[in-house]
Amino acid sequence: MRKTVRFFGSRWGIISAGLFVGIFAPLLQHWGNPKNMGICVACMERDIAGALGLHRAALVQYIRPEIIGFVLGALIAAFLFKEFKPRGGSSPIIRFFLGFFAMIGALVFLGCPWRALLRLSGGDWNAIVGLAGLAFGIWIGILFLKSGYTLGRSTKASGFSGLVFPIVMVVLLLLLLFAPQFGRTPEGTPTGPVFFSQKGPGSQHAPLVVSLIIALCVGFLAQRTRLCTMGAIRDVILIRNTHLLSGILGIVIAAFIMNLILGQFKPGFSDQPIAHANHLWNFLGMVLSGLAFALAGGCPGRQLFLSGEGDGDAAIFATGMIVGAGFAHNFSMASSPAGPGAYGPASVIIGLIFCLAVGYTMKEKIA
Amino acid sequence: MSEKIDARGLSCPQPVIMTNKKMKEIGRGAFEVLVDTETAKENITRLAQQSGWQLDVNEESGNIRLVLKKA
Repeated sequence: MRKTVRFFGSRWGIISAGLFVGIFAPLLQHWGNPKNMGICVACMERDIAGALGLHRAALVQYIRPEIIGFVLGALIAAFLFKEFKPRGGSSPIIRFFLGFFAMIGALVFLGCPWRALLRLSGGDWNAIVGLAGLAFGIWIGILFLKSGYTLGRSTKASGFSGLVFPIVMVVLLLLLLFAPQFGRTPEGTPTGPVFFSQKGPGSQHAPLVVSLIIALCVGFLAQRTRLCTMGAIRDVILIRNTHLLSGILGIVIAAFIMNLILGQFKPGFSDQPIAHANHLWNFLGMVLSGLAFALAGGCPGRQLFLSGEGDGDAAIFATGMIVGAGFAHNFSMASSPAGPGAYGPASVIIGLIFCLAVGYTMKEKIA
Repeated sequence: MSEKIDARGLSCPQPVIMTNKKMKEIGRGAFEVLVDTETAKENITRLAQQSGWQLDVNEESGNIRLVLKKA
């Protein structure tokens, strides 16, 4: 057990987690997931929001088993290695809205940091603009962190509170398997409560069991190795440490090679799948996300893995993201391949103002 | 032990920032950091290795005590 712990904590440990994601994300795409979206925490949570009827964008509704697998895989790892520690209470409402606006930013860019890396590996050069925005947002977050920003301490919580989010994931899995329908309109359209896209990205998915098993493995590996895109960029800027970055490079290199092998590499800016080429809002969308991730202490994937460890604050961030996705589509804030949504730019600016307010005001003496 | 930092319950990367700050502040000597997650322990371990500080780890009832020394 000790040897295993040491391996996962080593540089090769995190590189292998990155390689695993980089190999299997393009394969998930090959097996049915949308293009350059083998794995995307933001898009997949958005699809879940749609499947639950929180938004009615008919093209993006599906209960993605990947999200379920990430949380449950991390839960299994946390239990096995005695790291399941229920905790919470560190500025929950702030974390909820950081999650909310992180999702808005991600849906203006059209992807979470992981999808940005996968888009890059698939030849979508717009991802470079998004990643630059992400790094810039994280840099702003670091300035706040250096000047004493904190959301305060979390405290130990009851065992059950740490299990709530994983149980929600099990319920989602049941809803995916049984897809209950309470009725149909006279035209025969299902009225919910669970909606699955008939066409578009939401209808494209790898076989459920395959997605779930791969996601369980990713959740397990990522919990052990602390894989985090935001943390990777942050550690390089803040303490000149490249440990987490090596995991990210593993993702990009493996995914690039896999995309070449699978014929999924299409270089260019225009006509990229589920992407737009508006550089300004690709950049600013990811500035917002990067800042929100930095202020909350982790990228969306990492927040899911922490949720699996019993971290209620991370679970609230993830819930904020799912609710944010509902609003993003209902309020025309999410982008489409045609470009930013009507209220996308305004919502990014509101989100940035919120994050700056959080950064400036959340300071307390913790020493 | 001259100084103690209590970084329990703080989310990543605050324990690292507090440790880094203390390292720069005192330059050499010894201090203690108290954390409660494996992630914080690993992050501080990497920081110590990188900046040439010696590290002793003691785990007791859910808390992890890290003693950092530099001659």
